[in-house]
Amino acid sequence: MDGLQYLLDCTGILPILILFATGILILLLDAFAPRGRKGRLAALALAGVLLAMIGWWRPLPVERELFGGMLFADSFGFFFDGLFLATAALIILFSAGTLDRDRIDLGEYYALLLFSVTGMMLMARAANLIMLFLGLEVLSIAIYILVGMPRHERKANEACLKYFLLGAFSSGFFLYGMTFIYGASGSLSLAAMAAAFGQGDLPHNPYLLLGTALLLVGFSFKIALVPFHMWTPDVYEGAPTPITAYMAVAVKAAVFAALARVFWMALPSLQPQWTNLFWVLAVLTMTVGNVAALVQTNIKRMLAYSSIAHAGYILVAVVAGSAQGLTGMLVYLAAYTFMNVGAFGVVILVQERLGIGEDVDDFRGLGFASPALGAAMAVFLFSLAGIPPTAGFVAKFFVFLAAIEASFTWLVILAVVNSAVAVYYYLRVVIVMYSRAESPTSLADRFGLGRIPSAALGALIVALWATLQIGILPQSLWELARHSVTALL
Amino acid sequence: MVPLAYYLIVSALLFCLGVLGVLTRRNSIVIFMSIELMLNAANLGFVAFSHFLGGLDGQLFVFFIMVVAAAEVTVGLAVIVALYRNWDTIFADRIHLLKG
Repeated sequence: MDGLQYLLDCTGILPILILFATGILILLLDAFAPRGRKGRLAALALAGVLLAMIGWWRPLPVERELFGGMLFADSFGFFFDGLFLATAALIILFSAGTLDRDRIDLGEYYALLLFSVTGMMLMARAANLIMLFLGLEVLSIAIYILVGMPRHERKANEACLKYFLLGAFSSGFFLYGMTFIYGASGSLSLAAMAAAFGQGDLPHNPYLLLGTALLLVGFSFKIALVPFHMWTPDVYEGAPTPITAYMAVAVKAAVFAALARVFWMALPSLQPQWTNLFWVLAVLTMTVGNVAALVQTNIKRMLAYSSIAHAGYILVAVVAGSAQGLTGMLVYLAAYTFMNVGAFGVVILVQERLGIGEDVDDFRGLGFASPALGAAMAVFLFSLAGIPPTAGFVAKFFVFLAAIEASFTWLVILAVVNSAVAVYYYLRVVIVMYSRAESPTSLADRFGLGRIPSAALGALIVALWATLQIGILPQSLWELARHSVTALL
Repeated sequence: MVPLAYYLIVSALLFCLGVLGVLTRRNSIVIFMSIELMLNAANLGFVAFSHFLGGLDGQLFVFFIMVVAAAEVTVGLAVIVALYRNWDTIFADRIHLLKG
């Protein structure tokens, strides 16, 4: 590859390069920033993300492969790049005020956040199993550290150890699966694999079946599908809340992107086999997630189980397997990102102001103490429950419609029953927020809306706007998603 | 020449030992060592396949896996040290603040 081609390929990964350079710069400047004044580094990180967004934006994506078939620069990657950048910007805005409380007001926090975004982008654009694995590890290792960052807290230590050990364990399955897929196809490139698997008596190739199964176990751990979800509530509870939000949306989106790439681009010939597996996983994941969420009293654990249930709904789109299903998956991931980050954002703000907010009961009276915050939380929870006119409803509608058209009626019936169950635990929070507090030390006395920091307020407004925008006018997002999935089919 | 199947059997044994170690051991460092065993099983598989398929891709991947494993060790040991300072133990069954 000559130098000119190399430079040309570098322009294709401009957002990744910008984020990476900003991360390094933050690490360097951190040495000169006095403790307690790391807010400037947050601003720098945000500037990096915004700059990357400028580098990311192009009106008509060109479909091509970069670096000798290592990475794709296609519309599918383009969609996910945008999603990751938006998530990162929101998380940085929400983090800015809350890091003091957890004693993690460190520059490394922002640098690691940016590095993990580069990992996600690499993962969503991977055209080769090596890049897929590297992206996964870049994002995972950065997030292991972020989870354990409040290192003086025993809870965070425990969460970090659990996440690290199970994450590394799942990487082992992931890699061992890749070994056998490589053995079956003789190549690590997704396109060459699809070509190799295009002919022959596939279901009887033991290497391929074993490899796919192991790979699926690895994916399931990372997106917390039942029965590989045991770590999720513990890790989500112990991690700093902004990182919990980040893990719940961005990591899931990145792994779903990689899953779609692998299963649609490399293994479409096995579709009858993997559809059945995903059917079972989807039903288990939805049901266990929702039933377990019903009995939670800690709001972070409740949202953790809710995120498991949402992964189940997204799997319904994977089962549908059609272009429409994939489009629904992308729309769902985008809607889920904004509504979940928004809900976590309100939790972050309450925790930051009051030092409490772990229990659902801590939110008693929030709707009266701070009407705007209460209303925002209510919208996010309605959206998570899938009530119109919010993003959650539209996303569920698209996904379920795609599944019905692919004639998976029973799956959709189970999914709808599950959504109905889920309404109970989301609405419980809303009811608690709008019931009067009895004790004088309650939230209502100490909370004032005027004191919400402007950064977090901005992020909250963006999340709220996106949730309602997708809910009321989903057309443009649908078009974008539909254009994006053409890269895979 | 040693046939491919022999390499794969050794690799599968290594992998199973690793999984068993993770599931049965209670010491965090031993669990971690078992995970490294799983990664090395994958490495052996890649090298064996790469040799018998006549391509270099697999052997190339092994170098990447080694680097990533080294990075994971660095983070993992730091995590365990931070945990030990607060908990005075590295036994996974004694660490149970979070229910689950």
